[in-house]
Amino acid sequence: MSIYLNKDSKIIVQGMTGGMGSKHTTLMLEAGSNIVGGVNARKAGTTVELAGKELPVYGSVKEAMAETGADVSVLFVPPAFTKDACIEAIDAGIGLLVVITEGVPVQDSAEVWAYLDGKNTRMIGPNCPGIITPGESLAGITPHTIAGKGPVGLVSKSGTLTYQMMYELRDYGFSSAIGIGGDPIIGTTHIDALQAFEDDPETEAIVMIGEIGGDAEERAAAYIKEHITKPVVGYVAGFTAPEGKTMGHAGAIVSGSSGTAQAKKEALEAVGVKVGKTPSETAQLMRDLLKARS
Amino acid sequence: MEYQAKELFAKHDVPGAPGIVANTPAEARAAAEKLGVVVVKAQVQAGGRGKAGGVKLAKTPDEAEAHAEAILGMDIKGLTVKRVLIAPAATIEEEYYFSFLLDRANRQYLCIASIEGGVEIEEVAKTNPDAVKKIAIDPGTGVDEEKARAIVVEAGFPEALTDQAVETVLALWKVFVEEDATLVEVNPLARLAGDKLEALDGKVSLDENAEFRQPDHVAFEDKDATDPLEAKAKEKGLNYVKLDGAVGIIGNGAGLVMSTLDVVAYAGEAHGGVKPANFLDIGGGANAKVMADGLDVILGDEQVKSVFVNVFGGITACDEVANGIKGALEILGDAATKPLVVRLDGNNVEKGRAILDEMNHPLVTQVDTMDGAADKAAELAND
Repeated sequence: MSIYLNKDSKIIVQGMTGGMGSKHTTLMLEAGSNIVGGVNARKAGTTVELAGKELPVYGSVKEAMAETGADVSVLFVPPAFTKDACIEAIDAGIGLLVVITEGVPVQDSAEVWAYLDGKNTRMIGPNCPGIITPGESLAGITPHTIAGKGPVGLVSKSGTLTYQMMYELRDYGFSSAIGIGGDPIIGTTHIDALQAFEDDPETEAIVMIGEIGGDAEERAAAYIKEHITKPVVGYVAGFTAPEGKTMGHAGAIVSGSSGTAQAKKEALEAVGVKVGKTPSETAQLMRDLLKARS
Repeated sequence: MEYQAKELFAKHDVPGAPGIVANTPAEARAAAEKLGVVVVKAQVQAGGRGKAGGVKLAKTPDEAEAHAEAILGMDIKGLTVKRVLIAPAATIEEEYYFSFLLDRANRQYLCIASIEGGVEIEEVAKTNPDAVKKIAIDPGTGVDEEKARAIVVEAGFPEALTDQAVETVLALWKVFVEEDATLVEVNPLARLAGDKLEALDGKVSLDENAEFRQPDHVAFEDKDATDPLEAKAKEKGLNYVKLDGAVGIIGNGAGLVMSTLDVVAYAGEAHGGVKPANFLDIGGGANAKVMADGLDVILGDEQVKSVFVNVFGGITACDEVANGIKGALEILGDAATKPLVVRLDGNNVEKGRAILDEMNHPLVTQVDTMDGAADKAAELAND
């Protein structure tokens, strides 16, 4: 088992014919993902060969879903077109929409989120590495060679910290690892992923990685207290970040007293989540915890 | 800054005089000659300008010139005042607060309005929270006339001002949406003599991600206030933030780089308290050029004594990063004078490490783990 993505997932790629899209479609195929086609209105009816597989290009998400039975779309289109591409996928009724694109205007993300209300689509991202269920499927850009299958569920705002933590815990492996993105407005949140891992019988424990900005970690802490019975280990990046400066992620900005790494750490520890000072210490906390359980 | 916010207000017909920007006392005098009784206001990105003596009433052009003379060059919260705004003086009868902003937690927009507000809004929010109205706005439907009217009623604007307030709300909504803002704030929104509603001061935060469709926004970047190293990095398209320590940091991915800063700060505790010197995220494609640009900026920081390159190859391949470091050191030649601690992991790590081993550069030390490398870099910075 896993969350959101498994070996039966049929994936299409919006923006497959672009540079990023074709590169990562190849890597997804190498990771074992069942990629069934791509979408590009201007190249409909053609095929693209990637990693030795002939992939059809469809004119729309709707057509691609009808032809292939796809239930997941991974989106690599440029920021200016991301909103429309998301709405197209949502209108077609895609089950899981993974938006990799970085640099999406936040008002576009807000409109897409409002549009999603009451629809059947789960959105991950934007500005995220996507999700991997090791040994089964990859919908995104996480390197599939870092770690294999195992009992740990991982949810993180940051892409490279996802990779770093998977690497630290490669001796145990992961049920699924999801990067939810660091933008101010995102689809799937820490809380959504925590609940999904709670419901997944194969996940024994959860690592949650946060960073400065917003109050998502504080809200996740409150949620853990009420709803999560599985052990959670936390890590928060940005203790040394100065106030009022953006550190790369649009969301990673500290203004005033809330949103600091210290506040997030304290909120998590107050509900019994052990928080590591560094990625390696966090991994060790998880290892100790898993050892104690076995 | 205020004058920039007011330019955007004027563009979208928000009521209120934009005023005239003056860079010298003489320009301030000329502006006052046009406008009559004016207020001379320091233009810096900081609150509390009035309390710092940066806002003065001038009844004559002579006074305007004298005030500008005093305010230009003044230091307000660490920022030097380089220009003043000359705004027509107004008789304020009441002050209100109004803003549109992004509500991250609820993934929508929020309107905050208070008729008890004005410049002491934060105090009002503490002592009388009921007087500060928070109204949710659905990004899908936005603010039309009906919604604007509902906002005005809920906020409790005086009846004599209702129609003006509705128009002002609609104009401010246009600023928010059409300029891709994350915050549009008017404080104070004032009731002037004769029941006139005007935006007397304001603040607008713009979304950098939207620059591709907002070409005019480049002009709003505050080049004066930017640190020279930050300006240089920006020119080269690097995501760099200057800090105060001695260990230069280069990494890939915002989260990993932030984490690297933390790990270096912890490691520094054992080495005389050395701290990270900067944040620099080289992102996905770390080729020789990007690495050289990054090293060039960091080595230009006189405080830097060692550099820690921390890369986890995800999309980025470690051999490309290693070639980037090699190329960068070749490009920089004798300009590279400070020790480099490099930690590579992930995609193509063996190839990457082999390239650096083979290069055998006297300034480069490889360490296998993030913690170990941070410790080494901190140690070298403490020599």
